[in-house]
Amino acid sequence: MGFKETGIITYEELVEKQLIPPKERLEKGPIAIAECPEEIPCNICVNACPFHAIKMDKIYEIPRIDPEKCIGCGVCVPQCPGLAIFVIDLSKPDKAYITLPYEFLPAPKKGDKVTLLNRAGEPIGEGIIVKAWQYDKTWAVTIEVPKEKWFEVRSIWIQRK
Amino acid sequence: MIDFSRGRKVKFYYNDKVIEAYEGESVLAALYAIGYRVFSYSPDGERPRGAFCMIGKCSSCLSMVNGVPNTRICIEPVREGLRVYSQKGFPEVPKVEEVVEAETIVLKPDVLVIGGGPAGLQASLTLAEYGLKVVLVDEHFKLGGQLVKQTHRFFGAKKFYGGIRGFNIASKLSREVMDNENIEVFLRAYAYGIFKNGYVGVAVRGEKPLNLLVRPKAIVAGVGASEKMIMFENNDLPGVMGAGGAQTLMNEYGIKPGERALVIGAGNVGLIIAYQLLQAGVKVHGIAEIMPKIGGWFVHAAKVRRYGVKIYTRHTITKAIGRDRVEKAEIAMVDEHFQPIPGSEKVFDTDLVLLAVGLQPNYAFFSQAGAVMKYIPELGGLVPLRTKYLETSVENLYVAGDASGIEEATTAFIEGEIAALSIAIKLGAGNNKTIKKREELLDYLWNEYRKSPVVMRACQGKLKATVSEEEMEKIRRGELDGI
Ligand code: SF4
Ligand code: SF4
Repeated sequence: MGFKETGIITYEELVEKQLIPPKERLEKGPIAIAECPEEIPCNICVNACPFHAIKMDKIYEIPRIDPEKCIGCGVCVPQCPGLAIFVIDLSKPDKAYITLPYEFLPAPKKGDKVTLLNRAGEPIGEGIIVKAWQYDKTWAVTIEVPKEKWFEVRSIWIQRK
Repeated sequence: MIDFSRGRKVKFYYNDKVIEAYEGESVLAALYAIGYRVFSYSPDGERPRGAFCMIGKCSSCLSMVNGVPNTRICIEPVREGLRVYSQKGFPEVPKVEEVVEAETIVLKPDVLVIGGGPAGLQASLTLAEYGLKVVLVDEHFKLGGQLVKQTHRFFGAKKFYGGIRGFNIASKLSREVMDNENIEVFLRAYAYGIFKNGYVGVAVRGEKPLNLLVRPKAIVAGVGASEKMIMFENNDLPGVMGAGGAQTLMNEYGIKPGERALVIGAGNVGLIIAYQLLQAGVKVHGIAEIMPKIGGWFVHAAKVRRYGVKIYTRHTITKAIGRDRVEKAEIAMVDEHFQPIPGSEKVFDTDLVLLAVGLQPNYAFFSQAGAVMKYIPELGGLVPLRTKYLETSVENLYVAGDASGIEEATTAFIEGEIAALSIAIKLGAGNNKTIKKREELLDYLWNEYRKSPVVMRACQGKLKATVSEEEMEKIRRGELDGI
């Protein structure tokens, strides 16, 4: 079953759509991954990126992120209407850092402990918020997660006190 | 996503009970907020009816308001001292002395725009830019159409408000329209039909009812669409609601529509409503989709999946269960003929069943006007044939937005603008630049936006509904019966 049956995209499907950056680039430092595999009429990310790292000729093309130009700043993350862009940083020895979009209550704060969820919404461990900022009411939240979970984690629940 | 600023407190009466509400709310929203769920009964008085569409298109909330029966309280603004009674069975004919006589006013603008949604707003502003006088009428008590309940940022190009949340676009455009001296706006105004010599009748409701007779040189009808219904046991039980109805409650009025929901239909509307329910703190049991694949865009599906909402493809709803409101709902897997497979049923504890099974264009105005219509399944139903400039077979009557076939808000803006530019050109208010601008828009619409594979079906539908100018001439002369 593919992502149009399940609503969940696999690593292989993302590779096939050429949406995963080269391994060496991933290990070097933060970089954006757009999990946007369909040719939808949208190019918001292209205009959002201050470094002109995202390319698209026609509005319905799949976004192409230039691994040399993208610095992983995360500006595109909360601007994408599909909430489909994640910044992944694998440059540190035993932790991975993921910047993801968040639109729920309570508001995220640096230091908050969070439940990590995979693409099916299943809890798969705990992480910590290391940075959170807002763009037009959508949060971009950077979380620290166990390194081996960098591909699995795609959302968070903030544990309420 | 939204900061709600409540209006001034007002009191009105419902079945002689004092109800406190906030200015700006509809009567139904105010009642829903304090726990009312049944708003009328079937004509035989037996079966309770709840809120369904919330935009004045269905008959679930017909009530008696200040002596006037069959009033839709979902688009009736609360006012101090209003007297509202629920109806059971058919109402009495109102007494003549209770009905306020409407004053008749004749207006002769350049253009009448019907509908204040994305198509109508964009058309009005474009026409006004060319110095044309516009009368804009809308049935609701506020402008914006369905934009007002869209909380997500729009996709599409920046020029057509990509990146801005729907309700923010609505307030921006509404303000511009209200401030524009070339545009005269009538709210709670229902365009009921075209008369001889090009007069359009518009009934304006309210304390001072008006009977407008508008004689424009051209009309843009961006009259939108209505929610479709599907057949299943107890589909009229209060708690079975159109997805748009729930959006109205949550996103316009800040009211939680229920506690536990089941969504029917995994098109974009179903996926988006599921996400908004989660944001409002409603538990979403899942989304049932009769087709083998998710109909909406993957990015919308992924948003709800990663919060644990299951999508049951090849499933449909088989019944709603409950006495006078939904308490449970049953879905079942379907075979290749879309028939439920016995033994595959799943029952959910739920108080909300949200139908997101598609929209159908509102066609009554065009049919009454005598436009040649065509049934196009890809567009949701019956639509008027039109040229690429959006003129129908009734000369000077233009169609734009969902009324021309269900598509996106983005295409509604573009169609509204194309219709407006075409009118400006026809009425001699445009110049070469106007023609160039229209060509660029047409090029973007047909050769770029609609080339996206995810909107292919709608694009094919729009192609079927569009005829050349020569063909349209033949249709008008009665030499061609539609295509
Ligand atoms: S992370 Fe920053 S540099 Fe990379 S694509 Fe997004 S906005 Fe551009
Ligand atoms: S902004 Fe998001 S949804 Fe739009 S094309 Fe870029 S990645 Fe896809």
